[in-house]
Amino acid sequence: MNKKIMDIDSVEVWDGNMAAAQALRQADVDVVAAYPITPSTPTVENYAGFHANGYVDGEFVMVESEHAAMSACVGAAAAGGRVATATSSQGFALMIEVLYQASGMRLPITLVQVNRALAAPLNVNGDHSDMYLGRDSGWINTCAFSPQEAYDLTLCSFKIGEHLDVRLPVIVNQDGFMTSHTAQNVITLDDETADKFVGPYKQVNAMLDFSKPVTHGVQTEENWHFEHKAKQHAALMASTKVIDEVFAEFEKVSGRKYNRLETYKMEDAEVAIVALGTTYESAQLAADKMRAQGIKAGVVAPRVLRPFPLEELAATLQNVKAIACMDRSAPGGTVGALYNEVCGALFNTPARPVVSNIIYGLGGRDMTIATLCEIYAELDKDAKSGKRNGALQRFVGVRGPELSFYNK
Amino acid sequence: MSTKSIKEMGWDELVIGAAVYSFEGTINYNVAEVLPEDRHYAETNSKMAYVGDWRVFKPVWNSELCIDCQNCWLYCPDTSIISRDKKMVGVDYDHCKGCGICVEVCPTNPKSLLMFAEQIKNEEALTQWPEKTKGE
Repeated sequence: MNKKIMDIDSVEVWDGNMAAAQALRQADVDVVAAYPITPSTPTVENYAGFHANGYVDGEFVMVESEHAAMSACVGAAAAGGRVATATSSQGFALMIEVLYQASGMRLPITLVQVNRALAAPLNVNGDHSDMYLGRDSGWINTCAFSPQEAYDLTLCSFKIGEHLDVRLPVIVNQDGFMTSHTAQNVITLDDETADKFVGPYKQVNAMLDFSKPVTHGVQTEENWHFEHKAKQHAALMASTKVIDEVFAEFEKVSGRKYNRLETYKMEDAEVAIVALGTTYESAQLAADKMRAQGIKAGVVAPRVLRPFPLEELAATLQNVKAIACMDRSAPGGTVGALYNEVCGALFNTPARPVVSNIIYGLGGRDMTIATLCEIYAELDKDAKSGKRNGALQRFVGVRGPELSFYNK
Repeated sequence: MSTKSIKEMGWDELVIGAAVYSFEGTINYNVAEVLPEDRHYAETNSKMAYVGDWRVFKPVWNSELCIDCQNCWLYCPDTSIISRDKKMVGVDYDHCKGCGICVEVCPTNPKSLLMFAEQIKNEEALTQWPEKTKGE
């Protein structure tokens, strides 16, 4: 625990950035190396403020770029410290090559990622382009849909990534502006409770352990690379067990329960929306409206995008007749990622729902309750007729003539 | 640490993150005070790997011209100059990559280290040494 305790109320009004910064402070991080970028700047700025005011015992390193930020994080983690940073969009893109180093070197690092569109055209608002860019980087990916969840999941991230059976870095995603700059009530843990929950850092092959000199970041050619990648994937897949344990432990200290797959009214749902980010909450409100009209609507959201909850997702959707997979990222010449993931999860099961792909919300374009209700109404049509009535892929909320693909 | 050779290990047995240990056992002494030939290098130390075949040109050392200034030893980026008691011993051809820096920093005239094609025998190279250059 940091020497200087911060006296916080049991309920604070924080936006997602402040919530994440407070979680980083309470986790007693050894090194935060960061380079500010909208909309995650206040995470770093708040943290630097805590540091300047004596609330952080660890180091805060100002670097010259996001590539340097993640490089410094890798160095500090290899040295044997608890490490974190924050970024968004272009910054995340600049980190990419080092993200693969971090996961391949099996270094637990927490990355608070405030999701934002990727240029061009330049845009500072929230979509999931950057989250999708990091899908294959070997990081555990968790998704927070509110400031409260950003706080909770950031605290959980250290406990998950640092676990001796995991040793992998963790991204905590939150929607740019919608979450990061929207102040809401956040139920807090006091410094001592948070510190006890996160626990002390456990070193593995630390470079600062001089009793066992070690080299990190080595080269392995065709004779070892495959084995190391296999081991890395096995650890990522096995992390589900640790994630479940940490979520259960977190429920004990907070009363708040997280699941690797979040569901809303899916027990009897006939139509479902699968989405990420703040859309999950909006879709719940829309689902309630549809249920009032007699349409059995439900919502599904992967809380943990990697490792992907494939089996849980398949089980949840077994009795659903029509599904809309909503991707908040330009799909780049194919169907959206969630569509592929959901269809892949269902393909080896008896379920054969009608599945469509909706591209929405790019560059911070709002997704309203009214539009979500329209999507549910379309799904209801699909469910009743047992076939797709619209195109497989539709752009929703874009001005101009209907834009849709794979119409056969 | 496993006693099994890394060459035999399956994915489940390897050290995570491909971290490699430098030495066998626990280091509770000052390694710098132990000569390389007496150190307990781990199998994964690059000392154990032969990389001499990376070279196209090799440095050849001429002991008759050498003044033991240690420049080559100091500047070699791959610790491939062997020196004992501040006396040049020779080149570690198992690890030298043929970068030529030792030749570059050699101050004698003519140089005590020169680059020769890999296939030329050292004895042969020594017969081809240039004369002292004048007026520089």
